[in-house]
Amino acid sequence: MSTSSASYRDIDALRQDLSRRKLIDQLFVIVGLIVMLACLAILAVLFIDLIRDGAPRFGWDFFTNFASRKPERAGILAAWVGTSLIMLVTAFCAVPVGVAAAIYLEEYAPKNWFTAIIEINVTNLAGVPSIVYGLLALGLFVYQFDLGQSIAAAGFTLALLILPIVIVATREAIRAVPNAIREAAYGLGATRWEVTKDHVLPYSTGGILTGMILGLSRAIGETAPIITIGALSFIAFLPQSPVKGEFPFLSFEWLKDPFTAMPIQMFNWVSRPDPEFQANAAAAGAILLGMTLLMNGVAIWIRYRYRKKINW
Amino acid sequence: MLRLRAWHEVLDTIMATTLTPSSRPVQETSLQDTNEQSPAAGQATGPRISITVDDTRKVKPPHVKAAVENLNFYYGEHRALKNLTIPIADKQVTALIGPSGCGKSTFLRCFNRMHDLQPNTRYEGSITLYPDKLNLVGPGVDPIEVRMRIGMVFQKPNPFPKSIFENVAYGLRLRGVRSRATLAEEVEKALRGAALWDEVKDRLDDSALALSGGQMQRLCIARALATTPEILLFDEPTSALDPIATAKIEELISTLRDRVTVLIVTHNMQQAARVSDYTAFMYLGEIIEFDEAAKIFTNPSKKATEDYITGRYG
Repeated sequence: MSTSSASYRDIDALRQDLSRRKLIDQLFVIVGLIVMLACLAILAVLFIDLIRDGAPRFGWDFFTNFASRKPERAGILAAWVGTSLIMLVTAFCAVPVGVAAAIYLEEYAPKNWFTAIIEINVTNLAGVPSIVYGLLALGLFVYQFDLGQSIAAAGFTLALLILPIVIVATREAIRAVPNAIREAAYGLGATRWEVTKDHVLPYSTGGILTGMILGLSRAIGETAPIITIGALSFIAFLPQSPVKGEFPFLSFEWLKDPFTAMPIQMFNWVSRPDPEFQANAAAAGAILLGMTLLMNGVAIWIRYRYRKKINW
Repeated sequence: MLRLRAWHEVLDTIMATTLTPSSRPVQETSLQDTNEQSPAAGQATGPRISITVDDTRKVKPPHVKAAVENLNFYYGEHRALKNLTIPIADKQVTALIGPSGCGKSTFLRCFNRMHDLQPNTRYEGSITLYPDKLNLVGPGVDPIEVRMRIGMVFQKPNPFPKSIFENVAYGLRLRGVRSRATLAEEVEKALRGAALWDEVKDRLDDSALALSGGQMQRLCIARALATTPEILLFDEPTSALDPIATAKIEELISTLRDRVTVLIVTHNMQQAARVSDYTAFMYLGEIIEFDEAAKIFTNPSKKATEDYITGRYG
């Protein structure tokens, strides 16, 4: 058997082939770069366009005015206050429930067919269309629990919506804690709860917070479910203040108040024929997008900080 | 003076005598096993114990800290440990050697019930902890109590991502120690015991993850020592360390002998020969030979043991 005739033993042929393979390698870099830049460009154009269209409306008044029939006097006060309060309720409901569920599934639940079904369904819940959550909430929270078209009902609805996101993210974070750490704690005589509260939870806080913020930034833009439960699109008053002058200083009456939210306000303005209102919608859109980007930025920052602190 | 008896009978005698307060003359006991009463009578020779007190290494008469009797362990239906029977001598180093997968780590983890964290595991037989004769693998015995009494150092250093101080203090905190002064005192004692104090005394509040691999492993030893365990288990403690760090750990284990009963799993036969007083050779879930380390490494009585320590397999 001759060695020179086989091309895979001939160094010149190998060199030629190598340059071809390296060309393909380079080609992929270029394709990947173009695709990535295209995605970024689309987002940037969208954001810049919103800012340009809404530019005349940016100003202090826009944040402190209620909606109005006159476009130049209309503002988003009720909308951003409503959105903030809803997010507060959503976070307070979804995070404890989601984190507790994730801890149970990861640390306590036996691995059998029953928990496997639960796990699959939690993942499936993340894919349920948001309007279906809206319908569920309309029947359950608005009528059954008689919460009416209130901030509480909206907060609970969005909490349901992001619960799977929080659970999945928390489970990922918990799973990232090495088993050796759990064994070390168990080896010293810790109970399961002590291992969880002293080690697993503190070391996965970064991931849990990231999941929470990503969930909230999905919830903040959701329109369908809160329209379904009956958010008002024109509202000229604020919910009652959560802080009171006299004892006990805190009040939860605002939970029962009707509300509007940023995406609802946008939807309302977009559907009007007057182009002046389109500028309002663009400005509100830019602010909403900015809020989402800010939240994602915070999530990235938290993840970065915790990665630096705990490096397995 | 030589007596021939089944070893567990002898163990009882030793327990009875050595547990009475000292100022007795040092007992010279050397015993060779007989097969007749051994449960593993099918083998050529059963497990045996040979205790000599004229060895320069041992100044105290050896008590028995724990007696393993007919221990079987099952992962589901798979029987991973088969009828293990050996004594663990008090304040001595006992090494478990054998090829990969022979069950030595599985055996070690029975002592602090680590297997209970996995579903579908089952123990049979007993590991009797003296002096209070607690069966460590008994069904009514709380694994958490067992782990509070039996410390463990793992294969890879696994400090908590907390400060050096908090790592060592954690076991004490679990036991309800709140006083800062007590904690500081115990942490210093444990770190000194693990030969780490001088290296870390000025940075107790720094993260434990900033330490080198060898320091981390000594920190893990300090963490286990802080709660004064009755037996300290080492599961291949130097397999992730460089030779210098390994030497330090081995030296440390030799000094620990004065304070605590040590049981060490190692795949490194030189290490077993250097640090251990007694050695058990395991193969396929069984104990093939148990003897004084000097005897195992110079004149093993079983062909399989000899083949293994001369490097013919494993």
